[in-house]
Amino acid sequence: MAEAREPDVSANDPLSARAETLARIRSANRASISDARTLSAEEAWRKIPRNYRDAGLLTESDRIELFTERLREYGAGVYSSQPAQVAGTIAEILQKRNKQTMLLSSDVDPNWLPQTGARFVSDNELSYAEMEACDGVLTGCTVAIAITGTLGLCHPSPLGRRALTLLPDYHLCVVDSAVILETVPEGIRAIEPHRTQPITLISGPSATADIEMTRIQGVHGPRVLDVVIVA
Amino acid sequence: MTPTSEREHQPLDFPSAALPLLHDAQMRGNVRHATGVIQGKRFRVVGEMPDWQLLREAGRQIRAHSLDYLDFYLEQFEQRCTAAGGHVHWARDAAEANRIVLQLAQNPTGRVIKIKSMTTEETGLNHALEAAGIQPIETDLAELIVQLGHDKPSHIVVPALHKNRHQVRELFVRAMNLPHLGDRPEDLAEAARVYLRQQFLSTPVAISGANFLIAETGGVCIVESEGNGRMCLTLPRKLISVAGIDKIIPRFRDLEVMLQLLPRSATGERMNPYNSVWTGVHPGDGPQEFHVVLLDNRRTEVLRDPEARETLHCIRCGACQNACPVYRQTGGHAYGSVYAGPIGAILTPQLALMKRGQSLPYASTLCGACYEVCPVKINIPEVLIHLRGRVVTGRPRSLRALHPEAIIMRSMQWMFLSETRFRLAQQFGRIAQRPWIRRSGWIERLPSILGGWTRTRDLRPLPPQSFREWFQARPRSAIESASKSPPQVSPESSEVPHG
Repeated sequence: MAEAREPDVSANDPLSARAETLARIRSANRASISDARTLSAEEAWRKIPRNYRDAGLLTESDRIELFTERLREYGAGVYSSQPAQVAGTIAEILQKRNKQTMLLSSDVDPNWLPQTGARFVSDNELSYAEMEACDGVLTGCTVAIAITGTLGLCHPSPLGRRALTLLPDYHLCVVDSAVILETVPEGIRAIEPHRTQPITLISGPSATADIEMTRIQGVHGPRVLDVVIVA
Repeated sequence: MTPTSEREHQPLDFPSAALPLLHDAQMRGNVRHATGVIQGKRFRVVGEMPDWQLLREAGRQIRAHSLDYLDFYLEQFEQRCTAAGGHVHWARDAAEANRIVLQLAQNPTGRVIKIKSMTTEETGLNHALEAAGIQPIETDLAELIVQLGHDKPSHIVVPALHKNRHQVRELFVRAMNLPHLGDRPEDLAEAARVYLRQQFLSTPVAISGANFLIAETGGVCIVESEGNGRMCLTLPRKLISVAGIDKIIPRFRDLEVMLQLLPRSATGERMNPYNSVWTGVHPGDGPQEFHVVLLDNRRTEVLRDPEARETLHCIRCGACQNACPVYRQTGGHAYGSVYAGPIGAILTPQLALMKRGQSLPYASTLCGACYEVCPVKINIPEVLIHLRGRVVTGRPRSLRALHPEAIIMRSMQWMFLSETRFRLAQQFGRIAQRPWIRRSGWIERLPSILGGWTRTRDLRPLPPQSFREWFQARPRSAIESASKSPPQVSPESSEVPHG
């Protein structure tokens, strides 16, 4: 356990910190792994047993029901709509919530937008102040996970900037039932093609339980989350 | 805040630090309540997972594999992150990490915003920033409470669980100048939202930790609840993430295991509200300058010990703390280190090269509750025992032989090695114990060094007759007559040879 460290001569040399750390890792691993690494990292990774549940078992309607139930447990509002009625459903929700100005993410289908009521604002290089000034944001959803009530958003394509779903106090998310998967492994694998993009997984409105373990809905992100499931 | 480095140089040993805390009824009540609530929620959401044990095993193997190939994955991470526009720095120890961050964090506002990070707590970064004239602003609600109270975190996941709402209100009233603030948790969260929103929008540099570094993509994953993390990693111009080298996972797909294990174990939620993944710099979205500082700080020494390296499997969920009967009594501060509870008891002394925190491996009943709840199956009780061994063998040789415990153990060994000596010792013990037996029939207090045992326990005295003595003295006739009658055994058991 000797400190094989020279005096601080190289402390400001970043290359040597890198070299020294890697050397220490290699020497530690040589000393403490009994069977030498005969497999490549790739081969060894493939040998990790993954016999946990990955494929879902539920029918589509049960999957939607589970997703709905899980979202409600988080305190999110959940509405269902047929594809032709989305605009009407959104109009009703916005009226009920009294939202006048709504930001739009870039994946919003123009057919979802009601003709009357709220005003819709696209993100044409808006400032953060302009985003904050909006009452809420309307987005689609790339992948959803039923068992955890999770919305998977991929930025900037197709959704747009991450700040859109962060600064306004209200988030209305339209989820096509076709993107709702049952399990977490199914969801992660569906997002995998986007893995080098910024990804945000949202499970209910922001929350904290830091004071006396009392769950409070809404701290820094949107404090209210509504979801429209289109089936 | 007390600088981590200073307060860790001369910590009290665990029993001395725990004693005054055990008299703090408020703190104990808060800790008991918080750990009880999380335990209950965890129990419910883990119970609904039919494949939980399979997930734990997969999680364990992913973590073990990541460490076995740590050099490979770190280099891969560095290459991919750099290719995506990020900058990767390496730090051998806390001081070097802080130096790197200080150089990067300079900005005209003189402030940085921070996402809760155990790793920067470990390096004492806030103190280093303050010393350099940069004000760190903690944005996690609990960390903010800790920071405003000049306090120390007491739990990995809920660092302010030792404070109740009234205590939090007091802090906020003073720090935010809000004399009419209510004390409902909602009021307090709203106050924090308003207070911090301006900081998020006006501070150009953020500092975070990392829950996972993804080698395959060079990406970073942060798991959080409040949205303060998203604010910090989205709005500022520059983001600096400080991560232990142990935080690496091989591939994006491994999140399918980790994101099931971590939230259910940490907060008892099926999924925490926000998980963010980003990879280097994304033009037009988020910070346009991104740095990762990879910190060793003696993790490679932990890696060197074959029996303790699994300590580095830890994904910092805190489930072991909530489950630990010792932690639940003392809270986190008694451990005198950033990492408290069972994981702290094994991690702290190792990160200190067994030169500090030697009392921590003993701060456990070895009941195994921590092992049972650990989402990546760290066998904490075994590591604790192994480290107790290292504490003993780490004592200077001369001191080791003269240590009272060692002398007692050697005498016991000598005594147990011979039947005659053992019998004599029993007879001697029966006489020697007489003055110490109370009227209740129990030994309530033993003299000198043995008194440690009876300080919290009563002892049964040695019985007047041992089993062997009774066996020798028993009436023979019964057995002898039994051996003459036909043996009453079944055909199968008659085939079993008699030993």
